[in-house]
Amino acid sequence: MSSYSSSARFDEARRVAIFGGTHGNEMSGVTLVNLWVKNGSEIQRKMVDTKPFITNPRAVEKCTRYVDTDLNRAFTPENLSALGEGDLPYEVQRAQEINRIFGPKGSPEAYDVIFDLHNTTSNMGCTLILESSKDYFNLQMMNYIKVTALRSYFCCVNIVLCDWFIAGLEVGPQPQGVLRSNIFEAMRVILKHALDFIELFNEGRTGVEFPTCTVEVFRVLERIDYPRDANGNIIAMVHPNLQDGDWEPLNPGDPMFLTFDGKTLHYQGSGTIYPTFINEAAYYEKQQAFVTTRRETLVASAIRKA
Amino acid sequence: MLQCYIYIAVCGGTHGNELSGVYLVRELLKAKDIVMEEEREEPASVLMVLANPRAMQQCRRYVDTDLNRCFTHATLNGPISDSAPYEMTRSRELNAMLGPKGSPGAVDLVCDLHNTTANMGLCLIAYSDCDWICLHIFKHLQLSLACWIICDACLLKNTFSVAMEIGPQPHGVVRSNIYTAMKDGVQHMLDWVRLFNSGTIFEAGFVDVFTIVKNIDYPRDSETHNITATIHPQLQDRDFLLLHPDDALFQTFSGETLRYKGNEPLYPFFVNECAYYEKGIALGFGKHSETDVNYILFCC
Repeated sequence: MSSYSSSARFDEARRVAIFGGTHGNEMSGVTLVNLWVKNGSEIQRKMVDTKPFITNPRAVEKCTRYVDTDLNRAFTPENLSALGEGDLPYEVQRAQEINRIFGPKGSPEAYDVIFDLHNTTSNMGCTLILESSKDYFNLQMMNYIKVTALRSYFCCVNIVLCDWFIAGLEVGPQPQGVLRSNIFEAMRVILKHALDFIELFNEGRTGVEFPTCTVEVFRVLERIDYPRDANGNIIAMVHPNLQDGDWEPLNPGDPMFLTFDGKTLHYQGSGTIYPTFINEAAYYEKQQAFVTTRRETLVASAIRKA
Repeated sequence: MLQCYIYIAVCGGTHGNELSGVYLVRELLKAKDIVMEEEREEPASVLMVLANPRAMQQCRRYVDTDLNRCFTHATLNGPISDSAPYEMTRSRELNAMLGPKGSPGAVDLVCDLHNTTANMGLCLIAYSDCDWICLHIFKHLQLSLACWIICDACLLKNTFSVAMEIGPQPHGVVRSNIYTAMKDGVQHMLDWVRLFNSGTIFEAGFVDVFTIVKNIDYPRDSETHNITATIHPQLQDRDFLLLHPDDALFQTFSGETLRYKGNEPLYPFFVNECAYYEKGIALGFGKHSETDVNYILFCC
């Protein structure tokens, strides 16, 4: 139980952005944002300016992940300061534009919270991606979402900690280019709770609104690629025992891959890990069959409005 | 009914992101290379083809236009320019490779491998209801594997051809259970061809068939043409389960249920297939029947 003076202070979150279509074929976010651009009443909260925004309209129009390059990897310092405007790859131009409107990240002009909506072909359910274990505001928000979603909808939310992923919300499994009603509704519920948290946080006047708490997360360790031949073609598939087994323990010796001619390859790690992003369509070209994680308990400092 | 030696082609990658067929044909080609290296005698009854290499390289359904719609008589025989869509040029190359129907050396049957995001299991699609080679193959598969047979007389094709469609699998992904199911399906089909070519008589009988009646589209916004509803959760993943009048069909984004207003119960399939959004198809409907199959034997 922490005392009032040791809680972390944050300015109220007055400007919130909801991004859809960062990958143009991840349909839940595209559909929700288009809906809210037309009629934003569902996402309005007291004293919060919420802006829904399609980040990659050309990819959305073509229903493809990206046009020239992955927008989610385009926000590098080099890209953001590159000159050349119309000659730059489309997504680099978009990254500069988005940075202009919603950033620069870390500056006083930047939006306070950004929700980047994604789908995955992996059986990950609802997953929140956290970049830093010391980001107490986001950790408290994710804890709130996790607890509320479970209580109200029996919906399980997992939190992934990784400093080389981009923060956001992933809901799966859903094929690219497809809109499934259950996945669509789950994403909608997560955002509802997220905006509720922000409204509650902003309302806080005296005392600690959100006391210190412990949060179970999965910390990403490494990416595991498919076995490949000399030409770079994959020679095995995710094993049926591992397929759809996101968040379940994978022990040394467990089946991991199945070659096309029927041979099983086993996990050779030294200890139990928790795999996720298992068989994500977009990661074949990024040399990633799944990522390994370990379970960790983080402590989120109490937070209150400054 | 008498027939000479049957020559079959197995095509993967007609849609470059339907990966079971891509990887299966690659593996079968590798296995064939090994057989040829070892100089074993194998009857040349099977031709393996990767149909759309450029789309496969980009892991996309197609580069310019859907290859599966480029096999009409008009497309194959009409005039063609240098700037023609890639798939139009490719369909002519494939037609020359596989042989126009009835010409010497032509394949008797093309088996085209596909995946779908719909929960259809293993499904065979014929393009007419009187192609007896297909019907016997279907009968053989229905005896040993769980599979559905669809007859789609609307899709014009210039050759004897059957599609083997397996789902659910996202495009751009290979799932081991789906790959294995396709490998089994193709193996059973090739077994039938081998049995036939070695003189086996196949008895008359029946096959269960679903005949396509109609396709229906999503409700759409009149201005933007964007969809305004999803497949209802009570229908999602329920391919081949009878849908009755007044059953739930779509769920609007505001949560309203839209119901099936037809007069008769029908069987839904291709429910929520990714590639059909742009073709204006949310699902297809079919009627179930039994089709006669006459006996056939090989004679040469």
